[in-house]
Amino acid sequence: MRRLSIWPWVWLALGSLYFLLPLAATLQFSLQAKKGTLGFAAYANVFKDAKFFESFAFSFQTALATILLSVVLLVPTTYWVQIRLPRLRPVIEFFTLLPIVVPAVVLVFGLARTYNRTFFTDSREGLWFLLVGAYVVLSFPYMYRAIDTGLRSVNVLVLTEAAQSLGANWLTIMTQVILPNIVVALLSGAFVTFAIVMGEFTIASLLAQPAFGPYMNLLSSSKVYEPSALAVVSFLLTWGSIALFQGLSRNAGTPRVR
Amino acid sequence: MAFLEIDSVRKVFGQSIGVDTFDMRIEKGEFISFLGPSGCGKTTTLRMVAGFEVPTSGSIRIDGTDMTNTPPNRRNVGMVFQSYALFPNMTVANNIGFGLRVAGHTKDAIQQRVGEMLDLIHMPEYGARFPYQLSGGQQQRVALARAIAIRPQVLLLDEPLSALDAKIRISLRQEIRAIQRQLGITTIYVTHDQEEALSLSDRIVVMNQGRIEQIGTPAEIYNFPQTRFVASFVGTLNVLNAQVVDPRAGRVTIDGQELQIAGLIEAAVGATLPVALRPETIALSASPNGTLNHLRGNVEDIQYLGPVVRVRVRLGEQSLHYDAFNRPDVALPRPGEAVDLAFPAEAALALR
Repeated sequence: MRRLSIWPWVWLALGSLYFLLPLAATLQFSLQAKKGTLGFAAYANVFKDAKFFESFAFSFQTALATILLSVVLLVPTTYWVQIRLPRLRPVIEFFTLLPIVVPAVVLVFGLARTYNRTFFTDSREGLWFLLVGAYVVLSFPYMYRAIDTGLRSVNVLVLTEAAQSLGANWLTIMTQVILPNIVVALLSGAFVTFAIVMGEFTIASLLAQPAFGPYMNLLSSSKVYEPSALAVVSFLLTWGSIALFQGLSRNAGTPRVR
Repeated sequence: MAFLEIDSVRKVFGQSIGVDTFDMRIEKGEFISFLGPSGCGKTTTLRMVAGFEVPTSGSIRIDGTDMTNTPPNRRNVGMVFQSYALFPNMTVANNIGFGLRVAGHTKDAIQQRVGEMLDLIHMPEYGARFPYQLSGGQQQRVALARAIAIRPQVLLLDEPLSALDAKIRISLRQEIRAIQRQLGITTIYVTHDQEEALSLSDRIVVMNQGRIEQIGTPAEIYNFPQTRFVASFVGTLNVLNAQVVDPRAGRVTIDGQELQIAGLIEAAVGATLPVALRPETIALSASPNGTLNHLRGNVEDIQYLGPVVRVRVRLGEQSLHYDAFNRPDVALPRPGEAVDLAFPAEAALALR
């Protein structure tokens, strides 16, 4: 019989403590809004503030728009690179590194300067589009890699040729053959994008957008216990998204009889 | 006019020639195999017929219509791939019905055709399953059903059995041939397996380095190979260097022993000529027989191949193999023993 070693459990416990202790401390602190007792007063204050819901809804919508635009732009691009232009893969891989290397501040000033005195900077809607565009760039490395991995796992070229030989056009191939087979990959990219957008501060703040990131920052500079409560809430929201993703991917990964 | 005409088709990839001047006429209902080693251009030719590759020059006509530049989805050509290429997100029934849905058939018509196809491949109860729930052989049968469900003008099979184990390969190839005969579909089958090509085809196209080496029936290809390549690629073959003695009479010598070979020899007296001899056409000879050729040599090695035993015999500078049935009641010669081999003149072929 294989001997059970204690060391993996020790390292797991230490790792968990490193992660959970600050969270537990934040949770405990957020419950101490009323002196001497533990309670949810800070949470009540957070949920009472209409700006919490407004900023959350704003970022949620922005995240969905970012995911949608990323999928529309990147799925056909990545697909085409895989089946027709495989030599371009190293070039695309290089581009995916840029959003990680170039700081968000540089990106937002570049965008603001490029689109200065256009619809994108002179209207509320335009600024929102600019924000979504910036988030598409920020999430590009993660979304591209997720889609690329998904497409590679299903031998996209042979599936495409099989569908073509059966009379399918590009739209049919994309909607009925390719997309349904990379749903899990798309969801994983979408989740990372969602997490990035929900927590993003720099770009939203510099473009003066009422997003969740700037709201959290504002709250932490004016309140004591509420920022901790908000941190816990945002953790729960993130974990909720992970659970949602896992639930969806489990369903998508097991084909059903139609 | 032939049903499928491939006229002087050439395909160049950058600096290298994939297919060089491929010419062929295929009749309706024929089963043609493209046979050759990896990189010989057989799959490229098939892909040009399918429309996945556009010829650099030449033309492809199906039933009189020029298809050279027609996109693959407008050719009505069914294709079966080596890797099955079933859509993982669809059930077996939905895979088979995919082409019919794309063509806009009614739900009832699709259901009926899918049922017919499932019966044809002997999998009527598998319609609701997904590809990952099937074995490799079952997946390839579904892929075949999917390709023929659309009633294609031409069926193309690209090494469809390569990924399967030996037993399934044999049973499935018989099934493919039976279905092809039943439906009378013009079929092109790409393979590097000579046994598959010989057992399935009406005609075989042997290819090498982008060119056609020989087109013929399985019997013609096996018994009368026209080039050294065909002779060596199809079946096991002894190729011996012979010296021409009398070209008109077909007399040559091998290792100083004079022989009669079939047909005229297009070489001068004294020239060296490659002569092909199949191992199974040679037998041990107990006594000299005037109508047969005889060669004497010494046994070098004996290989057991199951039903047959392959014996290597040295003839001076050269050696040849002969095959004997593996019968426990017949004694085999021992290594080092001198043997007398006999074969008919028709078994010895002068190669180009």
